[in-house]
Amino acid sequence: MKVLAAMSGGVDSAVAAARAVDAGHDVTGVHLALSQTPDALRTGSRGCCTIEDANDARRSADVLEIPFYIWDLAERFREDVVEDFVAEYAAGRTPNPCLRCNEKIKFAAVLDRAVALGFDAVVTGHHAQLVDGQLRRSVDAAKDQSYVLAVLTPAQLSRAIFPLGDSTKEQVRAEAAERGLAVAAKPDSHDICFIGDGDTRGFLTRRLGAAGGEIVDAESGAVLGEHQGSFGFTVGQRRGLNLTRPAPDGEPRYVLAIEPVANRVVVGPGRLLEVDEVRAERPVWTVAAPAAEFDCIVQLRAHGMLSPATVAIDDDRVTARLHTAQRGVAAGQALVMYAGDAVIGSATITAASARSSVTV
Amino acid sequence: MSYLDHAATTPVLPEAAAAVAGALGALGNPSSLHGSGRRARRSIEESREQLAATVGARPSEVIFTAGGTESDNLAVKGLYWARRNADARRRRVIVSSVEHHAVLDAVQWLAQYQDAEVVQLPVDAYGQVRPETLRAALAEDPASAALVSIMWANNEVGTISPIAELAAVAHEFDVPLHTDAVQAVGALPVDFAASGADALTLTGHKLGGPYGAGALLLRRDVDCVPLLHGGGQERDVRSGTLDVPGAVGLATAASIAVERRGAVGARIAELRAALVAGVRAAVPDVIVNGHPTERLPGIAHLSFDGCEGDALLMLLDARGVECSTGSACAAGIAQPSHVLLAMGVEEARARASLRFSLGHTSTAADVAAVVEAIGPAVERARRAGITSMATR
Ligand SMILES: Cc1ncc(COP(=O)(O)O)c(C=O)c1O
Repeated sequence: MKVLAAMSGGVDSAVAAARAVDAGHDVTGVHLALSQTPDALRTGSRGCCTIEDANDARRSADVLEIPFYIWDLAERFREDVVEDFVAEYAAGRTPNPCLRCNEKIKFAAVLDRAVALGFDAVVTGHHAQLVDGQLRRSVDAAKDQSYVLAVLTPAQLSRAIFPLGDSTKEQVRAEAAERGLAVAAKPDSHDICFIGDGDTRGFLTRRLGAAGGEIVDAESGAVLGEHQGSFGFTVGQRRGLNLTRPAPDGEPRYVLAIEPVANRVVVGPGRLLEVDEVRAERPVWTVAAPAAEFDCIVQLRAHGMLSPATVAIDDDRVTARLHTAQRGVAAGQALVMYAGDAVIGSATITAASARSSVTV
Repeated sequence: MSYLDHAATTPVLPEAAAAVAGALGALGNPSSLHGSGRRARRSIEESREQLAATVGARPSEVIFTAGGTESDNLAVKGLYWARRNADARRRRVIVSSVEHHAVLDAVQWLAQYQDAEVVQLPVDAYGQVRPETLRAALAEDPASAALVSIMWANNEVGTISPIAELAAVAHEFDVPLHTDAVQAVGALPVDFAASGADALTLTGHKLGGPYGAGALLLRRDVDCVPLLHGGGQERDVRSGTLDVPGAVGLATAASIAVERRGAVGARIAELRAALVAGVRAAVPDVIVNGHPTERLPGIAHLSFDGCEGDALLMLLDARGVECSTGSACAAGIAQPSHVLLAMGVEEARARASLRFSLGHTSTAADVAAVVEAIGPAVERARRAGITSMATR
């Protein structure tokens, strides 16, 4: 096949491209330029957006002896990922930009362009398995990225190749070193790529402007502190609340709800965070739509937060009754449904509650 | 493989490669006082004389540098500093809006850190600065003008400036003119003395010489503050141990390129005409940018509406046809060309452009390869549409 390997400049995508070459594909490497003003050198633990990263990708492509180009997706990325990120926080939700980037950029704008230009598929270095159209978790549980790929439709998945799913990160690094790829020892990236200093709240404050408001206790109604913008919080968050007064019961407080219109942050004791019913919308099924009600494992955050659940589907709505209650379920995150390690589908969380009392 | 990117760099002439190799085998620092030093110095001075004779300059006007970028920086910054030091009012740097980044970014730096005020002269739809535009800019405040820099021939669309007229206008106001002639030397008749320019940039790798070897021609009566301080070589304007192989290779290549210019230029012009006609037959709505007659013989700068140039480049590359989107790139990211934007071309069309540039090794087979590949490539790229621009 004629395939396009998206090469971030990191070790994973370099090895993925190498494996695609070994598999006999006609591979062209492409680095996606996602920043409108790329820095010259990499700093911190971002992994894709500097000129140094582009040069690392090119160096790997040259070693693999494949053609290499840079595609300028910065404007699309700004529109579909960065602005969406800001708007979601402004609306009191907690978005996942990596998921959005897969949905709108890598397997949409890039894939569409690739197909139009004569490519059959896009290869990425995501840690996930894709066998006969079925998306599955990586064998490396700690690095598994199936959660941020679960938004992809069968049509998108039919043109995706993830060559790394059967390997651990350690194996990928060792292979990179064996292949003489200079990125073998490059540190992993963790932070959100478009927030250079890793300070999400600072980024949002610059974008949305500081707006002081109250932090209110859910139980007593007492004002426990002030904040500089409700957008800076995530449901379940405990640290960084800077409460000026102790809670009446002396227990630690967690963010229970964000009320952007009133610019209020509601906090409460940990037990009020516990939810066992999660509602979500706009489901995407990776293979085919399942039965109206079924049991599965749901994952509610990119890392962890798993529970067995009974899921009911009603048209565009999905309700998951969790068999074990979870703390800190945030609207805007994805509800991803698994059968074992196979992804069934995903939907966007809109609300969560304890079956006794509503908390979000 | 068909190489149609001679404006980026052109193959080294075998004679130049042999001259470089010969000089690399010879020992001696041209500034040393012993026999080896004298032999190296002799090579340098003979190269200087050869280059000077080739471009209508006096040997003492040749300052060897490490290429076009350095020569541009030295001219623009050095003349600015010298003029401002002599008269603190002289802070205005007047350039065309279609200069190479080696000039544009240098003057931008002067504005940011050295108190300069940059005036970018508009160009017409062909990319030419009209002499009256320069006159008006100078006349606005003659006492504040430090220097003028306008390129001899544009590296993207190939349009030639009326340098002699522009130099005459600058001199009416007693302002020195620098010209970036990187693309002109070897392709057009270039006579430094006759042009009236005060400083002229040229570089080896665009005319069949080695990379990293260039020169600034600088009139004897023009003051220029150095960028590089040290041993005082090159009239104390450009310190650094002289690069004998570079100078020998540059001079050899320049003299051959100039000597063969008539014959090679005529052949290139014919090939270019065939290329444009062939592409037009395959893609009837192609747009040819630049001046119809006042242009470099080997450049065909073409726009294909509804495509992205970088998609075309990739598709052609896959067919072994090597060309350029013509615009400067930041780490490979295609920017809409500032040259085309200055010519009044809208952004979408500016992004839909390719530059094919022919040179001394170009053949009819190269042209045939382009003509054969371009139709399907454009059709495909049009299907892919535009992804780099905002959708709302
Ligand atoms: C018009 C022009 N000026 C300056 C340069 C820079 O020359 P060099 O590559 O020798 O630094 C180039 C070539 O890239 C050019 O085309």
